[in-house]
Amino acid sequence: MNKVKVKINEQFVEIDHHLTILEAAKELNIDIPTFCHDERLNPTGSCRMCVVEVEGARNLMTACSTQVRDGMVVKTHSTPVIEARKGILELMWANHPNECLTCEKAGNCKLQDYSYQYDIDPDSLYPRLDSRKYFDDTNRFYTLDSRKCILCGKCVQICAELQVNGAIGFEDRGIDTRISIKQNEEPTDGVIDPYTCVSCGNCVNNCPVGALMPKSKEKFRNWEVKKVKTTCPYCGVGCQFELVVKDNKVVRVDPVKGGTNDGLLCVKGTFGYKFINHPDRLTHPLIRKNGEFVKVSWDEALDLIVEKIKETKDKYGANALAGLSSAKCSNEENYLMQKLVRAGFGTNNVDHCARLCHASTVAGLATTLGSGAMTNSISEIDGTDTFLVIGSNTTETHPVIGSMIKQRVKKGAHLIVCDPRQIELAKMADVHLQIKPGTNVAIANGLMHVIYQEGLYDIDYIDKNTTCFKDLIEVIKDYTPARVAKICGVSENDIIKAARLYAKVNKAAIYYAMGITQHSHGTNHVKSMANLALMTGNVGKESTGINPLRGQNNVQGACDLGALPNVYPGYQAVTDVNIQKKFEEAWGVKLSNEVGHTLPIMMNDASNQDIRLMYIMGENPMVSDPDTNHIKKALTNLDFLVVQDIFLTKTAELADVILPAVTYAEKDGTFTNTERRVQRIRKAVEPQSDTRPDWEILTDVMKRLGLKADYKTVEDVFNEITSLTPIYAGFDYQRLNENGMQWPCPSNDHPGTKFLYSDGFTKLGKAIFTPIHFMGPKENPDHDYPLILTTGRTLYHFHTKTMTDRVEALKQTLPNNFIQISLNTAKQYQINHNEFVLVSSRRGTSKAKVQITDTINDGVVFMPFHFADGANMLTNPALDEICNIPELKVCAVKIEKC
Amino acid sequence: MAKLDLSKAKYAKLKKFIDENQGETCGLMPVLHQAQEIFGCIPIEVQKFISEELNVSVAEIYGVVTFYSRFSTEPVGEYVIGVCLGTACYVKGAQKIIDDIGSKLNIKPEQTTKDGKFTLTATRCIGACGLAPVITINDDVYGRLTPDQIPEILSKYTDELEGE
Repeated sequence: MNKVKVKINEQFVEIDHHLTILEAAKELNIDIPTFCHDERLNPTGSCRMCVVEVEGARNLMTACSTQVRDGMVVKTHSTPVIEARKGILELMWANHPNECLTCEKAGNCKLQDYSYQYDIDPDSLYPRLDSRKYFDDTNRFYTLDSRKCILCGKCVQICAELQVNGAIGFEDRGIDTRISIKQNEEPTDGVIDPYTCVSCGNCVNNCPVGALMPKSKEKFRNWEVKKVKTTCPYCGVGCQFELVVKDNKVVRVDPVKGGTNDGLLCVKGTFGYKFINHPDRLTHPLIRKNGEFVKVSWDEALDLIVEKIKETKDKYGANALAGLSSAKCSNEENYLMQKLVRAGFGTNNVDHCARLCHASTVAGLATTLGSGAMTNSISEIDGTDTFLVIGSNTTETHPVIGSMIKQRVKKGAHLIVCDPRQIELAKMADVHLQIKPGTNVAIANGLMHVIYQEGLYDIDYIDKNTTCFKDLIEVIKDYTPARVAKICGVSENDIIKAARLYAKVNKAAIYYAMGITQHSHGTNHVKSMANLALMTGNVGKESTGINPLRGQNNVQGACDLGALPNVYPGYQAVTDVNIQKKFEEAWGVKLSNEVGHTLPIMMNDASNQDIRLMYIMGENPMVSDPDTNHIKKALTNLDFLVVQDIFLTKTAELADVILPAVTYAEKDGTFTNTERRVQRIRKAVEPQSDTRPDWEILTDVMKRLGLKADYKTVEDVFNEITSLTPIYAGFDYQRLNENGMQWPCPSNDHPGTKFLYSDGFTKLGKAIFTPIHFMGPKENPDHDYPLILTTGRTLYHFHTKTMTDRVEALKQTLPNNFIQISLNTAKQYQINHNEFVLVSSRRGTSKAKVQITDTINDGVVFMPFHFADGANMLTNPALDEICNIPELKVCAVKIEKC
Repeated sequence: MAKLDLSKAKYAKLKKFIDENQGETCGLMPVLHQAQEIFGCIPIEVQKFISEELNVSVAEIYGVVTFYSRFSTEPVGEYVIGVCLGTACYVKGAQKIIDDIGSKLNIKPEQTTKDGKFTLTATRCIGACGLAPVITINDDVYGRLTPDQIPEILSKYTDELEGE
């Protein structure tokens, strides 16, 4: 690399020639003031605040956009520079109201800070112009006060270059120029138009002055708060942010640059924290007495639970008990839950909602590659040449990863989107394969057929790293583009084009989610993805891979920590005698080697009274699981139901005992994100009322059952985890403190693993190709139920809305259950936009507001699964035989007018 | 007020222009000029259409449309009279010209006549200082004007309209 020597304020520095004066000054700890600069953006030099004197230059130069040259002599604080900066600030003040006294930005405002630093008298030189009197409060989450705007353009750039929405622009010209934001016209439906604001708040978080501000009812000054860095509790991206706290209340969220999300957040991350202090929070333990919930002491509640556990176990045996752990809770809490079930109950009947989302990933990838997790890392998106995004509405479900993919595509990478709906990403894709729901295997086989026929596969890689390629060829040879086009309802040419785009580049990566996994043959869908990636040598290299995007903040961790019926923490089989011995010694009790029941089977067991007692922590099967009527029957059939949660969920309403837990903001611990990165969560506020962290509650129950559980802090639990879990063995809180670390990490001198299989498929010897024939969904449209229903998540809500429903602005943005339907299908049923209709399947009926859209094919309808009595009244509980994931993505429905 | 006509035929005409000029890679400015000509203005609906066709964000298009006085977001008259108020024209008496046109048409600058025939607008220097004072009526340029010439010039357009 070319180094150059630069002299700044009489100090010398040697740096790369492509860096700027601003970066060189930073090396020397010289502070140059900036408004519009952000290291993630292309420098524009528009605010002029960073001007410096360069020897030999005619004018002052902007430090942020001027590259260093060898021998350059720079003065950053000479008299002409100071005068120029003063001039800029004075001109800004000519058009900026002097409201620091009441402005909420005070204390965190660059204009205020620099004005102080450069001795500016706001009322001195120029008459006040007040030309921009525009105040925009149409958005639910933030306001734009043009009077305070300094037109640095940072928000415009952030929206265009980082969020890649392009919703912000300059309007008018000259003295009238102002920022304008394109707001969504139908925000109540949560519909996302391209190039309109998605309320991510990334502009708000970076505005250097008080122009863009979050809407808040809290009164606080920036010098009264403390900030606590933690991990976002929503999706699996694991964004890092700081909770801003005043008087034991979270009043704002500030993103953290440099980590997983590099300072980006989505609408839920930035604005979705108000549930923490919501008055609906459960505050005391409750016991159902004569049909009513009555406040009781912790002792009374826990004694009753322990008594019932013992009683049920004595009467019906250990397998009549079951526990549901939670992908929202921390690693430590998941570990304790499975320990409670295994060591305390004496059964392996422990599972959690991963059963409904990525059970097929864990089953499908572990058997073909070795590990059931994202092979590569989020940061590697920036090196990928072709993305195949299949069955993932990334910009809504994993918004920050969605933005990163968009950034990369804008830089020239190819994008193939395979989805039954024209999702946001589809609009910028090279090819959009709008397949019929449930036909993933056919499309994958079709792509592989073309790749094989055209010789685009990587034979060296296949020979060296894999087995059973011949068997695969046997199957894919029948999947000609013509045949596949017919099965999937897409064009032949698009299949061929997609196959070439995927196979011809150096680094191709598959990103997938529920559209692949939630099928009655979900495991096979996942294996098809593995086939495709292996055939082209796209596993075990940087910026490639098979990347299942995990839905929940800690669903990866809950799986890692053994909240599954067949494995102990670290995917160690319960049937392995040596492993069983290891855990028996560590926990001091006899353990069962019988694989426990999966979540859907537990529900069947409960309705048959084979399971009598269930302990549910932080899950809401009454909304999240398929066929709500069946779940209700199962849960009401139990002798005893314990629900531990932060709000009175639909599931908690059926409980015998409710234990009030705390939110992520009130406890310490760790979450593992979708890229296998274990990150810290840190307590920012004290628990409300009589609530307790889940780990403390579980510890207390274990102690009362006579188990050894001497954990003084949650860190003690983590240390026990690392001693028993090889993939986590090298972690400790100290090592995780800064940016977290990625498993596998077998020892404390191991740096963690950025991408898997870099040294081959050591666990299995070789990766395995699985020949798979296309088999359709279990339920297909017929005369009685003529439409295909597919389900999913939206940007503005998270899962069963337990948290997002308590954030007023999110709730208002998407208040109603809706159904998306094509214009032709709507005409056929004579239904109108925004009308409410009844949607029914063989299992139930749900009411939804009609959204007529051109983003979905005729004969297919879409509903979000957030709403109680919504999509899951209709969905099909048909299970995948291998991993028991239900077919949540496809079922047959009919529509009637209300 | 001039009427806004957003008929399918007009969209089709714009689409044809875009397709004939390399589709997505077609420059934004020529498309906006066409749109202004076809629709008489570029309202938000048309901006959205262009956004989808060119894959350029609406915010950016809106920025360009509001930047140039040649474009408007609301319907303008069939004939747009631009009176140059640049330095040279101003010195040569452009203010009297714009006032006279205004009183003759009974409108103020930046307004449109009730029958939708004329819109009066003040422009910055159009680069024809040698002809000062200058006005433009759509693509026609009239230079070295004196106020007494105005009625005759305007009558050309009113007569033409009646003749149609």
